[in-house]
Amino acid sequence: MTDVIEPTQTGLQVPEVPTGEPHGHAGHEDHGPSGILKWLTSTDHKVIGLSYMITAIAVFYISGIMALVMRLQLASPHSSLLSFSQYNALFTMHGSLMLYLFAGPFAFGGLANYIVPLQIGAPDMAFPRLNALSYWLYLTGSITMMLGFFVAGGAAQFGWVAYAPLSSATSSPGAGPDTWIMALVLTGFSAIFTGVNLCGTIFYLRAPGMTMFRMPIFTWNMLVTGILILIAFPVLTAALVMLFCDRHFDTHIYTAVGCHLVNGLPMRSCGSPLLWQNLFWFFGHPEVYILALPFFGIVTEIFPVFSRKPVFGYKGMVFATMSIAALSTGVWAHHMFTTGAVLLPFFSLLSLLIAVPTGIEFFNWIGTMWHGQLRFTTPMLFSVGFLFAFLMGGVTGIMLASPPIDFATHDTYFVVAHFHQVLIGTAVFAGFAGLYYWYPKMFGRMLHEGLGKWHFWLLFIGFWVTFMPQYVLGLLGMPRRVASYPSNLGWQSYNIVSTVGAFIIGVSFAFLLVNFVVSWRKPIPAGDNPWDGQTLEWFTTSPPPHHNYTHLPPIRSERPTWDYNHPDALNVPHGKAAHTNGKTNGKVRAGV
Amino acid sequence: MGTANSSFLAGFDSVGAVDPSLTSAPPDTPESPGRRHKSARRRLAAAGVVLGAILLGGCQLPTFGAYKGSTSQARSTFHLWQGFFIAGLIVGGLVFLLIVWAVFRYRKRSDDVPVQTQYHTVLEIIYTVVPVLIVIGLFIATVVVENKVTAVEPNPYTELHVYAFQWGWEFQYDNGVKVIGQTTAAPTMVLPTGKTVRVYLRSYDVLHGFYVPEFNFSRYASPGYWTSFDLHVLHNGVYRGQCTQLCGLYHSLMFFNVRSVSPAAFQTWLHTTGAFQRQHPNSIGQLPAGIHANINGTAPGYSGSSGNTGNS
Repeated sequence: MTDVIEPTQTGLQVPEVPTGEPHGHAGHEDHGPSGILKWLTSTDHKVIGLSYMITAIAVFYISGIMALVMRLQLASPHSSLLSFSQYNALFTMHGSLMLYLFAGPFAFGGLANYIVPLQIGAPDMAFPRLNALSYWLYLTGSITMMLGFFVAGGAAQFGWVAYAPLSSATSSPGAGPDTWIMALVLTGFSAIFTGVNLCGTIFYLRAPGMTMFRMPIFTWNMLVTGILILIAFPVLTAALVMLFCDRHFDTHIYTAVGCHLVNGLPMRSCGSPLLWQNLFWFFGHPEVYILALPFFGIVTEIFPVFSRKPVFGYKGMVFATMSIAALSTGVWAHHMFTTGAVLLPFFSLLSLLIAVPTGIEFFNWIGTMWHGQLRFTTPMLFSVGFLFAFLMGGVTGIMLASPPIDFATHDTYFVVAHFHQVLIGTAVFAGFAGLYYWYPKMFGRMLHEGLGKWHFWLLFIGFWVTFMPQYVLGLLGMPRRVASYPSNLGWQSYNIVSTVGAFIIGVSFAFLLVNFVVSWRKPIPAGDNPWDGQTLEWFTTSPPPHHNYTHLPPIRSERPTWDYNHPDALNVPHGKAAHTNGKTNGKVRAGV
Repeated sequence: MGTANSSFLAGFDSVGAVDPSLTSAPPDTPESPGRRHKSARRRLAAAGVVLGAILLGGCQLPTFGAYKGSTSQARSTFHLWQGFFIAGLIVGGLVFLLIVWAVFRYRKRSDDVPVQTQYHTVLEIIYTVVPVLIVIGLFIATVVVENKVTAVEPNPYTELHVYAFQWGWEFQYDNGVKVIGQTTAAPTMVLPTGKTVRVYLRSYDVLHGFYVPEFNFSRYASPGYWTSFDLHVLHNGVYRGQCTQLCGLYHSLMFFNVRSVSPAAFQTWLHTTGAFQRQHPNSIGQLPAGIHANINGTAPGYSGSSGNTGNS
C-alpha cells in the first residue's frame, strides 16, 4: 500500500475522532514486505480478505466447470462421457467445493474480513494472526480436497453429505474419502477461527459512537453468522473425527455392522448410521444460513445505497436475522423426514416458521426501494436478481418443509432445483453483487458496467433456463445423483434445456473474467465513494490505508457517511416519532 | 395521496389491498386500526377459503405438475401439494408483483433525495403477523395430511418385508415368497389393489431410498432399524420405482416395479409362486416361468395416469 492517504472528500472539515493512528504520515508508512511476500506474510485483514476471495473465486470456477461436465453427461440418457464413478466423484466434489470452500469462505472469510472492520471503524480484525492462520488452513484444506482426484481410487464419491454407512471404509475404501475428511477438518477449524475473530472484532473494536444498533446490517449479519459458525462447525469437526475413527480404528460409531441382539440387547459394537445424519444436519442446517445471512447482509447494503434511502425496518431486520439463526438450530431433521425416525410436526413447524423472519426481510428490502430513486447499476441488478431467485427458492422451500410433500419429492431433482435456486440466489447473485459493489473500495477502480450487465443478464436468463426444468424433472420422479436415466420417460428434453441453461451461466462468468482483465488493463478510477455509499467504509480512501482510517466522521446513526454528505437529509426519526409517522400516513417528513 | 410524492403506505395499498376504497381514502385520514383489521381479516379469510377449497375439492384443480397419486395416501399428499402450490402462487405472486412494481415505478427520475423513511411500525407488524397466520394454516393442513400418510392400520391385508441392497431389492411375503432383482433385471413387487399392505423396510448395507413416484412417497431403507408404512393402491397397474438415496456406484440403475392386481389374482400369484419356490429351494427369489413374464422392465410412461387401467 503505497497510496498517499489524504481526506479526499471534497470540502471536508472533519471533526476528527482519534483512531490511534498518527495523523499526517499514516499512509506513508511502509508496512512490511511487498509483492509475493506481502501476500504470504500479511496479517492485514484486507490482504487476507482478498486472498480469501481470490481463492474462493478460483474454487467457484473449478467447481462450476465440474457442473458443466455433469450437465453434458445428463443431456443424454445413457451418456458415455463419464463413468458412474467419475460422475459420483464429480457431484461430490462440486457440492463440497461450492458449499464448504466457495460460498462460506467467500462471504465470511473474504467479504466480511475486508468489510466488517471498515464498517465499524476498526483498524483490523481482533486477532490478526489467527486471521492469517484461518486463511492458510482454508487454502490448505482446499488443496487437500482437490488432491482427492489424484490419489488411488479417485476422489470421494459419497456426496457432499457423506452419509454413513456409505462413507465407511468398506463401502468407500481408498484415500480419496480420507483427503475429503481431512480437508473438511482443516477448513472447519478455519471457519471456527474466523467466527471467533468476527465476534471478537464486532464486540470489541467498534469505533467511538458505533453502538450495536448503529452497525450496518451487513456487520450485524456477519456477527450472527459468526455465532452460528461457533454453534455448527465444531459439531461437524467432531462428527468427522468420529467418521475417521470409524474408517481407520474400527470404532463402529456410525455402522450397524454386527448389530444383532444378544439376550434381547444390542451388542456393544452396534453403532447408528442415523447418528451421522443427526450430527451432520445439526451442522448442516445452520450451515445453510451461514451461507445465506452474509448474503442477506450484502443486499441490505446495496438496496439502500441505490435507492438513496435508509434500510427500511432496520431493527426489525436485526431481529429477523436473529430469529432465523435461532430457528435454524432447530430444523436439522427436516432433511431426515424420510428416515421415518424423526418427530415430523416439530421439525415441520420450525421449518415453516423460518418463512416469517425471511418474509420480514423480503418486505424490508422492498420497503427500502419503495419511493426511492433506484439506480440500476450492476450491484443493484444482481441484488434484484437475488430477490427473484431467492423468492422462488424460498417458496419451494416452504413446500419441502411439509413432510408429505417432502416424501413425494425428497432426493429428486425438485430438491436439486430448490437448493440451487436458494444458493445461487444468495451466494452467486448476492455474492457477486457484493463483489461489484465493494470492488471499487478494494482497488480504487471500477468494474466495467457494460460487461457487468452482460454478466448479470446472461446469468439471470441461464439461471431460470437451468433450474425451472429441474423442478419438472423432480415432479416426474427423476432422482438426484444419477449418471444415467431411462430413455422412455420423457426426461431427456427437460435435461437438454437445463444443460443449455447451465452453459449460458458458464458464458456469463466468462464476462466476469474479462471484466477483471479490463479493470487491470484500463482502470476506471473509482474515487472514494463512487456509489454515494452510506456506511462508514465509504468514508475512507479506496483502497483504504494500512489501518483503515486516518480520521472518522461523527457516528450518530446507522449511516455516518450519508449523514456527513447529506446533512440536510437525515433519517425520519423513529421510536416515538416513528409511531406518529405511521399514524399520520407518512406526513412526518425529513427536515429538508 | 394523489401527489407523486404520496406516502409510503399509500403505495403499498395501491398494490396489495383488496378494497379499492382504501386507495381512494383522503390523504389526511389517519389509518384507523379497524380498517387495518378488516383488511388483514379479509386476507386471512381469503387464505382460509383457498385452503379449504383445496382440501375439499382439490380434484378439480390442475395437478401443478405432480402425480395425482395411485394410493389413498398419495391422493392426500397430492391435495396438500395443490394447496401449497396455490398458497405459494398467491404469496409468491404478491411479493413478485411488489418487487416488479418497486423496480419499475421507482426508477430514478430526478436527483431529489427521497423521503428518508426508515420505519413504519404498523406495516411491519402486519407483515409479521399475516405470515404467522399463513404458516399456522399450512402447518395444520400438513399435520392433517401427514397423519393420514403415516397412519398404519391395525389389521393390514398382508405384510411385506422389503430389503434394499447394493444394488437391488428383495421383497419377502408372509408365506415365504421372495422376489429378488438387481440392476440387470428389476424386481417386481406384486400388491393387491384396494387392500392395505404394511411394508417393513430395511437395508442390508448402506442407505437406500424406496421411492415410487406415482405413490408420492419415499422412505429411506436404513441398516440397523426397521421402518414401516402402509400402501393402499387404488388401481390395477404397473408403477415404476427407483432408489433415490445415493448408495454407491450403481445407484443410477437401482430400479424396481410395483404391479398392483386384484386381490384374487394376488392370492393366485402368491400361492403359485410360493409352491414353486418351495419345490425349488435353491432358486432363491426366482419366479415360476410364465407368471407375469412381462412384468419386468415394463415401466410405464411418465404421464401420471398411464398406470391406471381405466378405473375412475
